[in-house]
Amino acid sequence: MPTVKFTYALRRFFKTLKDTSAKSETLQEVLEELEKEYPGIRSYIVDDQGILRKHVNIFIDGKLINDRTTLSDPFNKDSEIYIMQALSGG
Amino acid sequence: MKPTVLLGTRKGFIAYHFSNNRWQVENLSFEGQPVSIAYADERSGTWWACLDHGHWGVKLHRSKDRGLTWEEIKAPAYPEGKEIKEGIPATTRYIWSMANGGKNFLSRLWIGTDPGGLFLSEDEGNNFHLVESLWNHPTRKEGWFGGGRDQPGIHSIVVDPRDENRIHIGISCAGVFETIDAGKTWIIRNKGMHADFLPDPNAETGYDPHILVAAPSDPEILWQQNHCGIFRSTDGAKNWVDIGQPEGPAKFGFAIAVADDDAEQAWVAPANSDMTRTAIKGALCICRTDDGGKTWKELRKGLPQENCFDIVYRHALASSGNALVFGTTTGNLFFSPDRGESWQVLSNYLPMIYSVQFTN
Repeated sequence: MPTVKFTYALRRFFKTLKDTSAKSETLQEVLEELEKEYPGIRSYIVDDQGILRKHVNIFIDGKLINDRTTLSDPFNKDSEIYIMQALSGG
Repeated sequence: MKPTVLLGTRKGFIAYHFSNNRWQVENLSFEGQPVSIAYADERSGTWWACLDHGHWGVKLHRSKDRGLTWEEIKAPAYPEGKEIKEGIPATTRYIWSMANGGKNFLSRLWIGTDPGGLFLSEDEGNNFHLVESLWNHPTRKEGWFGGGRDQPGIHSIVVDPRDENRIHIGISCAGVFETIDAGKTWIIRNKGMHADFLPDPNAETGYDPHILVAAPSDPEILWQQNHCGIFRSTDGAKNWVDIGQPEGPAKFGFAIAVADDDAEQAWVAPANSDMTRTAIKGALCICRTDDGGKTWKELRKGLPQENCFDIVYRHALASSGNALVFGTTTGNLFFSPDRGESWQVLSNYLPMIYSVQFTN
């Protein structure tokens, strides 16, 4: 099962956030799984239309995903999916 | 005077409270996070914080215990497939205004957003739905555009207390729209306004009311600080008259407040024109009219008069009885106990201030 890891910045809003094993086969489904575990988290990662937020990045096995709109990048059962923020602002 | 002032700032939600003859900070919430609007629903005492996370999107929280605890509510979201324009998906980019539905609709709340969607809740804010009639207005895609923000935004929602299904909204840039049926249908109310920046001075939409307010003592009288002057209507927004000073200072600016007890008295916070957006001649002043805009008085006592860059954003000036408060882009907070005749500093060290509201 792929493992989802999170930037520490999200723990500010989701106190119980920890590395999570996912059962799904697509990133969109992974987000739905996460939403069940951590209600509200999906809207922190993608916008109203399901598009990855501008300053949020998802890495699969260390590689930035290509498809920020429909989240179609593939992964396998051993993959590590890392959800992190861009560094910006002040 | 209502004894509490809520601030929405670039680095948090701050509540000041007046007791024992002094203002003190009662609450700081969401430290470090931009709060576009700090809003108190005076019917219930519920406080609302509209957050603008740079990374994580727009969020909405409410507190029923004066900020001691907060509950996150699902922020207004555009339904799947909605587009700002062809090929540009619509998502809530900013919450720019919030208003309650009035005493006859206790569960009703309104929210205005960038990119131009108005949202309505009929269940005390638990769920907000896009007002489709306005989103589908035939002028929206071609006749509305960004002003102050990249996309059109609704910054003003004025509910008429005499008939709470009658609402005026202000959109930058589109203008003033009115509904008399709680948002089912809309009438454009831009007659008499002018917009120097438009190629067609008689355009139906595209005007830039920076803020729209009604006189509490006579809601038929509406005021707006516009990009191109100060406008006033005495007939419920059917006709607008420019009452600004042609040579200023009461001309360009963002904020306006109207006295609770006098529909002829209002305050504006003048700024240098859109070329610089700084304090005029490095000095801060508030201008007040006591005669419906025929004349304006400059109020400067207690305000910085040199080396000053502050301007006042559209939601950052408020009145309550004889009291006024305003917050600035450089984090200064000023209070007047006497309708602007004199000013006191409440703080010089706040973050950029986006909104102020008096409440109980």
